[in-house]
Formats: sequence, C-alpha cells, structure tokens
Amino acid sequence: MSAVAALWSTSIGKKAVMAVTGIALVGFVILHMAGNLKIYLGPEHFDAYARGLRALGEPILVHGQALWSMRLILLAAVVLHVVAAVQLTQASWAARPVAYTEKEAVAADYAARTMRWGGVIVLLFIVYHLLHFTVGVVGYAPGQFQEASVYRNVVNGFRVWYVSAFYVVAQAALGLHLYHGVWSMFQTLGMNARGNGFYRGLAVVAAVLVVVGNVSIPLAVLGGLVN
Amino acid sequence: MNLILKVWRQKGAGSPGRFVSYQATNVSPDMSFLEMLDVVNEGLIARGEAPIAFEHDCREGICGSCGFVINGVPHGPRRGTTVCQLHLRTFEDGDVLTLEPWRARAFPVLKDLVVDRAALDRIIQAGGFISAPTGSAPDANALLIPKDDAERAFDAAACIGCGACVAACPNASAMLFTAAKVSHLGLLPQGQPERWDRARDMVRAMDRELFGSCTNMRECEAACPKEISIAFIARLNRDLVKASFQPRRAAAAAGV
Repeated sequence: MSAVAALWSTSIGKKAVMAVTGIALVGFVILHMAGNLKIYLGPEHFDAYARGLRALGEPILVHGQALWSMRLILLAAVVLHVVAAVQLTQASWAARPVAYTEKEAVAADYAARTMRWGGVIVLLFIVYHLLHFTVGVVGYAPGQFQEASVYRNVVNGFRVWYVSAFYVVAQAALGLHLYHGVWSMFQTLGMNARGNGFYRGLAVVAAVLVVVGNVSIPLAVLGGLVN
Repeated sequence: MNLILKVWRQKGAGSPGRFVSYQATNVSPDMSFLEMLDVVNEGLIARGEAPIAFEHDCREGICGSCGFVINGVPHGPRRGTTVCQLHLRTFEDGDVLTLEPWRARAFPVLKDLVVDRAALDRIIQAGGFISAPTGSAPDANALLIPKDDAERAFDAAACIGCGACVAACPNASAMLFTAAKVSHLGLLPQGQPERWDRARDMVRAMDRELFGSCTNMRECEAACPKEISIAFIARLNRDLVKASFQPRRAAAAAGV
C-alpha cells in the first residue's frame, strides 16, 4: 500500500494511475462499441443483449451484480483518471506563469494538444449519454423512454438530428483522445520495447474501430437503416 | 545580410521586461547566431547602451550554456543544434526574429535572455551520480559492458543540460532532462547499486522544483540539441514504478 501511496505522491506515479485507469476505460469503450453493433441484428437480439448484461454471471452472482460491479469499477476508474488529470494539469499550468509571446508547436499533433479540453468534452458527453440512454431523462418526449425497450429508445433518441450530431462530435473527440491516450499509456508505463510505430498503430486501430463502430449507429438511424 | 531582432530586455530578476527592436546590419551569413549578437552588442556599447545579456561558453555546442527561444522554437529552427552552432545562413535577409528567454517557473529570468537553471543542478545533486571509492583509475576494460548498453548510455549522457526540453515543453516539464540523467547511469553496471534510489530521489527533486508534468507531446525531443529520444522518458517511468516497490538501499542494508 505504501508503494502505491509513494507512487501517487509523484508526478510520474499519477501518470501511471492515469495509464492504468486508461487501460480499463479503453477496454470498456471497445467492448461497449462491439455490443452496440448488435443493434444491426434487430430489436429481439439487441434487447436480449441488454437483458443479458443484467443476468451476467448468474447463477453464481445475483441479478445485476456483475453489471453494478462493472459500473462501480468504471466509476472509480473515471474518478481516479480525472482527479489525476486535474492535479497534473494544475501543476503544469503553474509551471509556466509567464507565457511565451511566440511559441511554435514543432512535434505535438492536434490530438496531443487537445487532450485536456477534449477530455472535458468526453466527460460531459458521458454524463449526457447516461442521462439519455440509461436514465432517459433528457432527449425524449414525456413517456417515450421505456427502460425495457432498449432498441426503441436508441431509435427514438437518434431520430432527433441534433442529438445525433452531438453524439458524432463527441465520438470525434473520443477518437482524438484515444489516438493520443492509447499511445501515451504505453509510453507512461514504460512499455516501449516494440518501438514507437507499433504503439502508434495500436492507437490508430483502437480510435478508428471505436469511432467508426459508434458513429455508424446514429447515421444508420437517421438514414432509415435501423428503425 | 540584415536582420531585425525583437529581444526580451529585463534589467534584473525582479524587474518587468519588454521587447526592444534592434537592427543587425551587414552581418555575414557565415556568422553564428551568437557572433551576430556580439556585433549588435558592440554597437550598443558604442552608443552607451547596455548590451543584450545572453549566456555562452564553449560556442561549439557541448557546454550547454547558451540557449534562448528564436521565433517560438528553443535554439532556433535547425534540429539538433545549439544556438551557438546556428548560423545566419539558416535565415533569410530581412527576417524578423523574436528572441525570448526560456519561460518556466523553475527558470527565473536573471537578465535579458539569461535564466537561472540551478533547478537542474539540484536534480543532479539528488542522485545523478554513483558512490564509489576514489583512488587510482580502474583498468579501462575491467568491467565489460555490452556495446548496445554502452551506446544507449552514451546517447543519454549526451545531454548538456541546456534546458531546451523544459523551454519547449508546453507543460514546462523537465522529464527529458531527468530521464537522460537517470538513464545514462541506470544503463551501466556502475549505476546499478543506486538505480532505484536514484530514480525516486531525482523524480522527487524534479517535482520539488515545480516543473510541470509530461503529457507525451514530444516537443522536448524535437528541441533537444542532442536529439535525445523520449524512449528515455519511458525508461524513467518504468524505473520509477519499479522503484516504488523496492526498499530504499539504506533500509535494505539494515535488514528492514
């Protein structure tokens, strides 16, 4: 325990916490995207998938136990990720009290330079996304959201074009965050044995898979492919 | 050729600073950037004005004394080059160049383009050494070191401590400097006994000096006149995490 406390008290240790929680969050985002694609199999399959998530682990676990355990783990990962990011960002902003009059970015790409505010956009999106598809309190006409009819909820939700547009923009922000974040995870944990190109490649694959898979759904709803 | 310089002038550590424009007229493209500043300074002294203060020593790119930001890039636009090795042929006749000191809380401006980089010395003092009995020099090949290790250690040891990595970093982080110093000893057998204490102590010293933290933007690597790779930062990250699970050397010796 003292080793973890010692780690957390250093800047590098906090980054290691961000990398480890990042692995959990990236893993979730990829599985979530893969599960979402079941919408193309039709309402029965998709609603059965949603019910199946609650029944996961039965009969060893009780109904909903696996789902709620995952939710708590993810919540803890998000909290640690954000707290570390805020503390490191504050330290970094304080480290240059007088800004350059002229400063050129020579190597840092757009994704690297937008990690912080891009992360804020992703966080706000997560809050909206939960209120929208999980709780059903935003984006629906009164009585339109039915907890058991997940397929109908997705179709009704994405038929509002500006909600779909917001989802597409948020996915673009998530894609940029993943592009820099996935590569950074390996750099931060010191796992650079295979050379830079390999980890860059992994980051591109993760970002493209997640964005393309997720963005296809609102577009398919608006295009009438999923109805 | 002629250049227009917008130079940060600041009388002392506590005084406010501002940009002042100067003309560098009839300078040779074969001059180094510092020689051009010498010529400008001679003109200033002749007019009774205070010359532009800048740090310099060897003027052959190995001492780490010189360095300031030219048009937003530490050591100027040429990669792998200190400002003393940067020649005016890199620029076009009539260019307007903005010269600014390193900007970081850990590097207070002393005068004009000169900053206090003692923070880097304090990181070295925290662990950038090996403890060994001194005496007669050991035989050159008494300790066999694999060639690849020796090469990599030397790549890290090429760091001249100029501070360009801090200046270039959007977070004013000293990770590349600290990583280079931790790695060049950590890669060699002589550096092994203190390897974990060194990583811990130097990272703590770096944090104490109020540098920012690394976000893997790679600006340091691009600005480094010795082109030190951020692979050393990954190595430092790995060493620090491993070190956290190791007892301190003194504690281990006491059987704790």
